Amino acid sequence: MTDATQHDIIRTSAAAQAAALVAGEISSEELTRAHLDRITAVDDDLNAFLHVNTEEALSTAREVDSRRAAGEELHGLAGVPIAVKDVVVTQGQPTTAGSRILEGWIPPYDATLVSALRTAGLPILGKTNMDEFAMGSSTETSAYGPTRNPWDRDRIPGGSGGGSAAAVGAYEAPLAIGTDTGGSIRQPGAVTGTVGVKPTYGSVSRYGLIAMASSLDQAGPVTRTVEDSALLHELIAGHDPHDSTSLTDPVGAFAAAARSKDVKGLRVGVIEELEGEGFAPEVQARFTESLEQLERAGAEIVRVKCPNFRYALGAYYLIMPSEASSNLAKFDGMRFGLRVVPEDHPTAENVMKATRGAGFGDEVKRRILLGTYALSAGYFDAYYGSAQKVRTLVQRDFAAAFEQVDVLASPTSPTVAFRLGEKVDDPMAMYMNDIATIPANLAGTPGISIPSGLAEDGLPAGIQFLAPARADERLYRVGGALEALLEDSWGGPLLAKAPELMNGAK
Amino acid sequence: MTASTIDLVDYDEAISRFDPVLGIEVHVELGTATKMFDGAPNIFAAEPNTAITPTSLGLPGALPVVNHKAVEFAIKIGLALNCSIAETCRFSRKQYFYPDLTKNFQTSQYDEPIAYEGWVDVELEDGEIIRVEIERAHMEEDAGKNTHVGGSTGRIHGATHSQVDYNRAGVPLVEIVTKPIPNTKGRAPEVAAAYVRTLRDIFRALEISEAKMERGNVRADINVSLRANPEAELGTRTETKNVNSFRSIERTVRYEISRQAGVLDAGQKIIQETRHFHEDTGGTSSGRPKSDAEDYRYFPEPDLVPVAPSREWVEEIRTSLPELPAARRRRLLGDWGFTDLEMRDVINADALDLIESTVAAGASAQSARKWWMGELARVAREQESELHELAVTPAQIAELQGLVDGKKINDKIAKQVLTKVLAGEGDPAAIVEKEGLAVVSDDSVLTGAVDQAIADNPDVVAKIQGGKVQAIGALIGPIMKATRGQADAGRVREIIMEKLGVTG
Amino acid sequence: MSHMPSIGRDDVARLADLARIQLTDEEIDRFAGEFDSIMDAVASVSEVATEDVPATSHPIAMTNVFREDVVETTLTQEQALAGAPEAQDGRFAVPQILGEE
Ligand SMILES: [Mg+2]
Ligand SMILES: [Zn+2]
Repeated sequence: MTDATQHDIIRTSAAAQAAALVAGEISSEELTRAHLDRITAVDDDLNAFLHVNTEEALSTAREVDSRRAAGEELHGLAGVPIAVKDVVVTQGQPTTAGSRILEGWIPPYDATLVSALRTAGLPILGKTNMDEFAMGSSTETSAYGPTRNPWDRDRIPGGSGGGSAAAVGAYEAPLAIGTDTGGSIRQPGAVTGTVGVKPTYGSVSRYGLIAMASSLDQAGPVTRTVEDSALLHELIAGHDPHDSTSLTDPVGAFAAAARSKDVKGLRVGVIEELEGEGFAPEVQARFTESLEQLERAGAEIVRVKCPNFRYALGAYYLIMPSEASSNLAKFDGMRFGLRVVPEDHPTAENVMKATRGAGFGDEVKRRILLGTYALSAGYFDAYYGSAQKVRTLVQRDFAAAFEQVDVLASPTSPTVAFRLGEKVDDPMAMYMNDIATIPANLAGTPGISIPSGLAEDGLPAGIQFLAPARADERLYRVGGALEALLEDSWGGPLLAKAPELMNGAK
Repeated sequence: MTASTIDLVDYDEAISRFDPVLGIEVHVELGTATKMFDGAPNIFAAEPNTAITPTSLGLPGALPVVNHKAVEFAIKIGLALNCSIAETCRFSRKQYFYPDLTKNFQTSQYDEPIAYEGWVDVELEDGEIIRVEIERAHMEEDAGKNTHVGGSTGRIHGATHSQVDYNRAGVPLVEIVTKPIPNTKGRAPEVAAAYVRTLRDIFRALEISEAKMERGNVRADINVSLRANPEAELGTRTETKNVNSFRSIERTVRYEISRQAGVLDAGQKIIQETRHFHEDTGGTSSGRPKSDAEDYRYFPEPDLVPVAPSREWVEEIRTSLPELPAARRRRLLGDWGFTDLEMRDVINADALDLIESTVAAGASAQSARKWWMGELARVAREQESELHELAVTPAQIAELQGLVDGKKINDKIAKQVLTKVLAGEGDPAAIVEKEGLAVVSDDSVLTGAVDQAIADNPDVVAKIQGGKVQAIGALIGPIMKATRGQADAGRVREIIMEKLGVTG
Repeated sequence: MSHMPSIGRDDVARLADLARIQLTDEEIDRFAGEFDSIMDAVASVSEVATEDVPATSHPIAMTNVFREDVVETTLTQEQALAGAPEAQDGRFAVPQILGEE
């Protein structure tokens, strides 16, 4: 394989790579090595990966190659490499959730979705960087340094799944796994010009996802095309008896929906509460142009009101820290991970305090304390209880809206990628990034973000579509159609407009 | 203000001036095959940290799923305690940091228990029945086990560090909480123990737990408070944790009544706190109230969904409930014809099952009672063990009694045979056969022995023939001796009388 | 809930204690300074959280999700202890639970 073919193949979609494997144009070992080479070339600077798993990935690739050579029936994505967000446990590979407190921890078991990847024969390239315990919107709270945006290395790649989005955006991996508690798949997708899907809550098993907020967390695909997301979603979805909140529904025909490219008669609702103030003009302009494209293709654009969405951010910043404060209690230096022993009076209690004081970063401490406050005696009803009521109201808004329309739309993120360090000292400003993505997590509804074009400073913006719970197929239908329309208008994928990363990403 | 500065008040005196009120929380470990929220085996003895999955070890990413059987068992308990079964209920997280908790919260039920508002009748030694009101029964998980190292006594105080085994972490528990139990007066210690014993018997009858106190399958938290009189408001209570024998429960209540009376007499206030019972001294000590102990920050467990037992399921469980101990006792009392006093002794000796099985194996009720409450009770006392721990089965006792009833052996030989059974030498009939212990009633054998005895004891013969028929015993003795006790004494007597021409 | 008490240094210190997190004085100051504005921003939930609105704890309502009482694969002792900061005799070694007084 020449450097030129290597250059070309890693820039194709996962579907195209899978086809090349099936056609015998390339082996999985070559394809995997090409991605590993790319990581070597650009990741020192991007810091999208916390751990690269060269040997295991290559050995999986070789195994898939020999199974293919033996004529075995393989999964459609067999041999296509993938990156996994470091919040997902992988047996035998370090898993840190971006935290110092888990440095060096090697889980003795696989997340259910990782088992699915292994069974299907996808070489796991490594673990991607993230905000610590997925708490952040910029990947700056990672204990292992921020990830940089491939479009502009002084900018954030979004968060918490900035590592997965950057890896996919920089052609280090064709596919990646993300998790989305308040927008951590969709918002990084928007600011890196990639595609990300938060499935319906319960579509993908949470078993083996290091929990932030149990009732909000959901894993999903991070890719460069809508079809790739659909293929990956089909692979990782399905009922898991180890997750009590896992749906028993059959997995939908997502890839077929992505390929249908037909939006005639589709009713698209524009959420009035998610535009205007706080949304950057060019982000808003790309959003409006995207809707015009859909309209020209036969979709009907309707304006809808979701009046309770303005309480969603408040409800989210009560429910999420409350659940997180509890989920993170187990990180205490007793059974796994970091243990810090203070010199004086090293009782279990003091060791726990010292360990958590040293092992957690600012944002994690902030959210644990807020959650502890919201759940403490006397405040529960006012805070957690009220937030759960808002959740009901947000669900009712969605239900009312979906009486009128098939899907809802908004800009994914109010702005393009901001500069590293720009918002680290202003938690509220940081939290505002998730204003458009959070309602879906509260309601359990699915959402997709796809690139809508270049906005402020020539940086990518995203458009988000939301569908009713269990109607993920609709996202792939509208997303696939809009992607094709926009790429026609751009003359190719948006990522082709990204600056070329040279060796060392200089 | 420490406990040591307080004088204990004599128990009877304390009772004469104060009215005790009890409250009891009983935890029972369910005998399911697996844990409450994961598929790790629920086993008592195993190498440390081997009966665990990522979930019961609380590893990052692991999730709980409710054990169906455990819910069924909890409903059984609720129904047996005359509780209402919730139409819907859920689990909550009870949050506190402790090294034996893998997640630093216990998954339990808080405001929505599976069973609530019930009662159970408790029979005391003298036959008095006290009705104990049940507030609730809820499902939760057990914690791991700490072993304290470096202290002189293996206790937590003075230990340099601890070792934790999480095999027990996640074992399903049902916690049963009473309402305040008033009006027990001086019998409070007995009521407390009898209540826990009643629950223990119910757990066994339901076959939801082996319910072995000594293994900690059943553990009681004993709340005691004192008030001036039965009309007064409830006093401040203390909770003595994890008391796990009936005797310790009685001692705990007794001690707390004496201690609290002492505190109140000294003009001090009772501190609401948890306490620990000490087997060696029979006293309790403060468990050091923690500043944050009361703020458990309960909230609904987001990793689990509500449990809503269908009414069909509840009714199906209700119809499948076995006969409960109280009803069974009433039935057996009628069937067996024991006096109330005999029945109570049987129950107190924990011999009901043994006697029932012995009767089922063919013995009469009275003979079964005679064996278990007589000779076997004596042996058990000697061995300092429980009746059910003796190396003899009800079937063997029934077989032994069958040999007596069939006049194969007499009572004296029977006791010898029992000793051999207890020594593991085999079943009664086989032992009699092997050792040749069967009663000799063959006249040809007995006649020879009688002739010999008559020849050896002319003076006794003269007495008998002179009218002193009761002197016949002096001839029977040597005969029994000569036949190693196996002669049929009744037949021997008849032969002597025939030979000497006397009538009884 | 419209006038929730403001969160001061003492409150932050108490919360940190409850959550078992050692904080420096600087951290306590900083969090105390931030929390009021964060809690103010979220307090709006009380405006619409009226009596008649039921709470939603799970986004997709489900009940009665059970597993059958069947033993599954367990971790080995070695796997269980592999990540332990300290192990002894097949058990996790943890610091003394009570400090000496
Ligand atoms: Mg208790
Ligand atoms: Zn309990």
